[in-house]
Formats: sequence, C-alpha cells, structure tokens
Amino acid sequence: MRRLLLALSLLALCAPAPFVPAHAAEPLVADLSKHLVAITTGFAGTDVLLFGAIEEVDGGKTGDVVVVVRGPNRSETLRRKDRTAGIWINSGIAKVDNAPSFYQVASTRPLDQLAPPAILGRHQIGLDHLDLALRVKDGGADTAEYRKALIRLNQKKGLYGDKVLEIGMLSQRLFRTDVHFPANVPVGVYMVEVYLMVGGQVVSAQTTPLVVSKIGIGADVYDFAHQQAAAYGIIAIALAAFAGWLAAIVFKKA
Amino acid sequence: MQIYLPIAEMSVNVFVILGLGGAVGFMSGLFGVGGGFLMTPLLIFLGVPPTVAVGTEANQIVASSVSGVLAHWRRGNVDVRMGLILTLGGFVGSTLGVYLFRWLRGLGQIDLVISLCYIVFLGIVGALMLVESIQALLASRRNGGAVAVRKKHQHGWMHGLPLKMRFRRSQLYISAIIPATIGLFVGILAALMGVGGGFIMVPAMIYLLGMPTSVVVGTSLFQIIFVTANATFLQSTMNHTVDVVLALLLLLGGVVGAQVGARFGVKLKGEQLRSLLALMVLGVCLKLLFDMVTVPNELFAVGTGGKH
Repeated sequence: MRRLLLALSLLALCAPAPFVPAHAAEPLVADLSKHLVAITTGFAGTDVLLFGAIEEVDGGKTGDVVVVVRGPNRSETLRRKDRTAGIWINSGIAKVDNAPSFYQVASTRPLDQLAPPAILGRHQIGLDHLDLALRVKDGGADTAEYRKALIRLNQKKGLYGDKVLEIGMLSQRLFRTDVHFPANVPVGVYMVEVYLMVGGQVVSAQTTPLVVSKIGIGADVYDFAHQQAAAYGIIAIALAAFAGWLAAIVFKKA
Repeated sequence: MQIYLPIAEMSVNVFVILGLGGAVGFMSGLFGVGGGFLMTPLLIFLGVPPTVAVGTEANQIVASSVSGVLAHWRRGNVDVRMGLILTLGGFVGSTLGVYLFRWLRGLGQIDLVISLCYIVFLGIVGALMLVESIQALLASRRNGGAVAVRKKHQHGWMHGLPLKMRFRRSQLYISAIIPATIGLFVGILAALMGVGGGFIMVPAMIYLLGMPTSVVVGTSLFQIIFVTANATFLQSTMNHTVDVVLALLLLLGGVVGAQVGARFGVKLKGEQLRSLLALMVLGVCLKLLFDMVTVPNELFAVGTGGKH
C-alpha cells in the first residue's frame, strides 16, 4: 500500500516535467516547483523548491542526494588593488572565462563525507572543486588568491552559496530543498543537477534546466536599450526634458 | 516597495530612491547647484554600478536643468549666444569624455579616475568657495551689511585672441575661443564624472570670463541641458548605461525637493549659503580622499567581461 502511494505521488510530482521518465526502475526522480524564474518589475528575489524521490539501490541501502544549481558560464575580470604613491590603485588583473554566474550546492550530508575529492572534482560538486581557468597577470598575487577572491566576491553578492544547503529527507525516500535566487540573479539557462550517491560513487544523475529571464516592462526596456540604443537615448532625453518642463509649469502655478 | 532597475540590473526600494532624489533636490534648490556631484557618489554608495550611475545621472540632470532654466529664461537671465558657444565646446568635450570613459573602463581605471576628478575639483572649488564666503561674511559684519564689490576681471593676453564676439547680455567683447575652451574642458569632466559641471562652470564664468553674476546661473543651466543630453545619448549608444527607470524615480523626488529647497534658500543669506555649500563640497571631497588612502576592506573587485 505504501509503495503504491509513493508511486502515485511520484507520478503526480513528475507529471509536469517532460524530461523525467517516471517509471519505477528509475532510482532517482526530481523536479522543480517552477522552471521559469521571471524577473519582473517587482522582482526582489525568489525561492525555487526542488523535490524528488530516491529508490532503494540493491542491498537495501539508501543513498545520499546532492543538488548542484549552476548558472550559465560567463567571463569575468578580477582586479586587485595595490598601494601606489599612497593611494590604492587597480594593479593586477585576472580573467576567467568559465566562471558559473550562479552556483549553489545542497546535500543530505557534508560533501567530504559523501565521496572522495576525485569524484567531487569530476562532477564539480562544491566550490572547492569548481574548475576555474584563471589567467593571472599580477606580480603580487597568485592564482589561488584570485580564485578565493572570485568565490568570496560572488558569495557576497549572493550568487555563490556561503555553505552547502541542507536537503531534508522524508521517510528516507522523498527529499526537498529550497534554493534562493537573489534579486541580482543573472539571466540565462541554469542547470539543476541532482546526484544520487551511494558508497562514494554516483549511481544516478539527472539534469533539469531552469530558465531565469527578464519578463515584462523591465525586459522590454532592457532589450530596447540594447537593440535600439539611439532611439532609447533620444527617448530618455525627451522624457527628461518633458519632466523638467512639466515640473517648472506645475510649480510656477503653485 | 521594491522595483527592479532594468539597466542597473538590481532591485532597489522605491522610497529610498525617491528620498535620495528629494534630499539631493533639496540641496540643489537651496544652493542653486545641480547636485550631480552629490548624487553620483551616493548612487555608487547604494550599489549602483559606477558606469550606470554616471550615465543615468547625466539623464536626470537634463530634467533638472530644463526645469531650472525656465525660471531664469522668464527673467531674461540667459545669455543665449554665450550659452551656444559654451555648448559648442561642451558637445566636443562631452563626446571626448564619453570616449575617454569607455577607454578607461577597458583599462580598469575608470573608478580611480572618477574618484580623482572628484577629489581634485571638489577640493579646489570647495576651498575657494569657503575662503571667499568667509571673507564676505567677515566683511559684511565689519561694514555693517555692505558687501564688497568685486573687481572686474582683467583679461590681459586673452584680449589678443582672434574670433572676437560681442555678448550683449553679458556685456562682454571677447574671443569666442575662451568660452569654447571652457565648454570643452567642463564637457569632458561632466561626461567623466556624471555631473552637469555647474560647480566648475559657474566660477569659470565669473572669474575667467568676467560675466555678470545675474546671467551666470541661467546661462550655465542652458548649456548644461545640451551637454548632458549629448552625454546621455552617447552613454546610451556606446555604453548602454542609462537607466530611464532610475532616472525617472530620481527626478520625481528631485523636482519636489528642489522646490522645497528653493523656498528655504530665500530665508538664508548668500554668504551663509555659500559657506555651507563649501563645507558640504569639502566633506564629499575628504570622504573620497579618505577612501583612497586607507586600506580597503576588499582588495579585489570583479566585473563581468563578456557582456554584449
């Protein structure tokens, strides 16, 4: 009976996700509460619920679940300040082309208890295992310092997780976790990777896309500003001139 | 209430931005300055990217100078001919400034140059204004209210320059090269610093050109409209850093604040106003200087490279 209920709930959970074949043999199924994070005019950050279920693997052992949410890669430029003639000036530079624009990990257990570093490294699970190709041009700081700085700065912006989030388990089968997307979340197609780990190995993995996109007036303004830059500039000037004129008229009468 | 700024790509509280616009508008109404030199650093302090702060502020100043110039226009305090010559220089200057801005941004030194410009020019203008206003305050106390008459500026070599023009409203007969050069120079700074440049233009008009004070503010505002409009256009097309949503919110607060400020201003004496303004200008200057020489909390900074 319990099994039937579980299967039913799984079916219900998986129904909206076309990427997940919901047959019983699958040891891992997962989905998101929404597949689109819409940045509207009133957007101030949002939570996305990730949920799913795991099956017993052979031998009756239950595994651990790790979730990695990764924003699209982008190139970033890091600069380091140094004191020159008494003032602090940008003196060193490093470029990286494959920094994820967003990175958050959730897990049922601390990462180092789950798998050896080689496995975590292969799947880039955890900030320590991110593959970042930094090209450093700086006599005063090395790659490791720049790497730490990149992670620290992105953590400060809320784009990289400060710590590994906890995944809650329900009756050792169902799992859920909330992933927070701050207001400054970069747009693009995100990948939500869910791993089932047993005995230090990845037994099953599933990837679900999540789209973060500007929607509505804000998006239109942004597109217009980039695609019709000249018209945008002229409208911006006209709006300002009109507002200024209007203010002068209104307050002259008052 | 949060609102997402489409170009700055951040979420801000509407009332914080309205309040900021109102407060800076109040100052600008009170002191008769544009307020860009206060607004741009404050926006950066709020977390708006410096490039967006500079581009957006240029847009907002278009509005505040249009609303300001109309009052001067009605009283006939705008020297249109002088304004046009200044604008000519200003157009070239602000265009150069936006190109310079883009180049420095590529080098990673735009923040440094913006800060240095602020420190140098706010320092000079603030110190001069403070000394002058204190002298005026002391003089008025001594003479029982009579303000010392300033000597008309002696031009010397400037009279030898060609392209002489008559500026009737300013009662001047000088070479057009001088105002055009001043316009050029202030235009560069306006584009780089995200200001109208009134705080440099006004002293330059009084002390370098020898214009009568009655037409100085109106004429300065007149040319600021065109210079900041040019900067807005170029920042939009070249750098995509003008956020109209932010600009509209700022000017909404700004126009109300400016009216309240102007009503307050008539209750205070000119010298008192100028010394207060000087202290504020010097305060901003010292804050920026302090930030430059003390060890920063964070030595590293990150900027996204691969954007459009």
